[in-house]
Amino acid sequence: MAAIASRTSQMLYFRRRLANTVFIVLSTCAAIFGLVWLTFILGGLLIDGVSALSPTLFTEITPPPGSKGGLANAIGGSILMSVIAVLIGTPIGLFAGTYLAEYARHGRLAFVVRFVNDILLSAPSIVIGLFVYELVVVRMGHFSGWAGAAALAIIVIPVVVRTTENMLLLVPNGLREAASALGAPQNFVIKLVTWKAARAGIITGILLAVARISGETAPLLFTALGNSGWSWDANAMNQPMASLPAVIYTFATGPYEDQHALAWAGALLITATVLVLSILARLLENKKRT
Amino acid sequence: MTDISLSEPSALTARVETARKAGAGDFRFRMMALAAALAVLAIFAGVIVSLIFGSMPAFKEFGFGFITTEVWSPTRERFGALAPIYGTLVTSLIAMIIAVPVGIGIAIFLTDLCPRLLRRPIGIAVELLAGIPSIIYGIWGFFVFAPWFQLHVQEPVATAVADIPVLGTLFGGVTFGIGTFTAGLILSIMILPFISAVTRDVLETVPSVLKEASYGLGATSWEVMWKVCLPFCQTGVVGGAMLALGRALGETMAVTFVIGNAHKIAPSLFAPGTSISASIANEFTEATGDLYRSALIELGLLLFVITFIVLACAQLMLRQMEKGKGK
Repeated sequence: MAAIASRTSQMLYFRRRLANTVFIVLSTCAAIFGLVWLTFILGGLLIDGVSALSPTLFTEITPPPGSKGGLANAIGGSILMSVIAVLIGTPIGLFAGTYLAEYARHGRLAFVVRFVNDILLSAPSIVIGLFVYELVVVRMGHFSGWAGAAALAIIVIPVVVRTTENMLLLVPNGLREAASALGAPQNFVIKLVTWKAARAGIITGILLAVARISGETAPLLFTALGNSGWSWDANAMNQPMASLPAVIYTFATGPYEDQHALAWAGALLITATVLVLSILARLLENKKRT
Repeated sequence: MTDISLSEPSALTARVETARKAGAGDFRFRMMALAAALAVLAIFAGVIVSLIFGSMPAFKEFGFGFITTEVWSPTRERFGALAPIYGTLVTSLIAMIIAVPVGIGIAIFLTDLCPRLLRRPIGIAVELLAGIPSIIYGIWGFFVFAPWFQLHVQEPVATAVADIPVLGTLFGGVTFGIGTFTAGLILSIMILPFISAVTRDVLETVPSVLKEASYGLGATSWEVMWKVCLPFCQTGVVGGAMLALGRALGETMAVTFVIGNAHKIAPSLFAPGTSISASIANEFTEATGDLYRSALIELGLLLFVITFIVLACAQLMLRQMEKGKGK
């Protein structure tokens, strides 16, 4: 009897050990799986992107099929539209986040705004493109840099709202109470105390928003469209405008080898920008914690 | 106070003036914050209204039959959304089947199994995957992954299963590298970091007392994870997975590159197909005629409604999880 009992318990022990080992091996494999893809993607990007890099990328405009050229107009367009998008989106996002954290933390309106904002944060960006098309492009009658910047601004806002709110919530209430006790009106408390205390976090949010829009393609396709030339005059934003992601899309899906190379170079530039921005954001975040 | 004001009436008016100014500034600031918050709502409402408005011509023409017809013919001006809807759902399903177990596995590895030294670098690396823009996945999938996948996976598999009844239909036929299955695979890599990041965050909310108690009773790591930790944060894990599903459904560029853009429902998963977002991205600027354009906008509306439902469920679940944490 005793022998059988000990045999069963040994079997059970063995089975549990086995299940545990299988579990550990599988989770480790999952992590390796993730890292392998990251290596493949970054590796592929480096191999094809670096060989296509050249100084002319930044000095020449996108070429017609079959000839050499650069990406200068696309880079310029991307930077211009991103800057305008951030300039429009950041104040709105900052104030909306402030409203959620400082004025209406538990109110019903705040609940709705928070909910809608989180939906917008993950909503398909192509739908934003359609919205701006209906709103701006149809009204203006043509594609334009302004429409592209507007679409990007709509993507910036929810990111900034979310991080601003999160960061302001981390500010200890004692700070606000101390400032109020000294007689500061609430807007002074917010401007001079809480925003200052949360500054690093808010900047992190803006950096993440820039990282997000620098690779956005879908909303630009039918707002800024693209432009194979340069037009650096006051009217530039009223015309269709080239952007790096849109150029990558058109060149990569086309049949020409030269354009494929430029697409890879552009992809490398975007990825490098995004990675640098995310690392900067992370450093800022860490600096704040210590 | 009264003393000063009685002796110096001018000081009082100055003070009243300062207080009034501060109050007015306060009110203005508050209204600006409120206006910005309302702007977020206005954008959301604007998106819905403009999509409904834009899709009216197509809706009037095709009614609810739009959702159930497969035909997509710009030349005859007949449009049906069945093929894109099918493509969106199937690619997302494939992505979820792969990414959910792997993503949870990565999260478990990072919280419980990984040596402390490697925890941060691996965590950061996986999060970097989340930061890579979707067009990069697209161009890489199109030029690097698809040809490799066709040569080393699709062809051998298609030959091997050719004579087996169900598998032969699902994975048979001529292979192109690009297609519905490839799109699903690329999507799974894209949503992997979302799932593992959320799962890792909720796993960290499990009180260590719970884990220590189970280890103290002699449970193995697997038993602690499966019977204690995961049940504890079930809602959060499901919420994270739904968040990732919302991303997968709306993902555009990566899918557009590798799905093949064929407006038909093929029995084989290896065959080219299309998805809602890919159809819009591909055809919108070339769409001639109001009806064509309107049909594409109606596709956008469908996509927005589907993702809204999924994301709303995800938000509610994650909120609930957060509330539970406060208890």
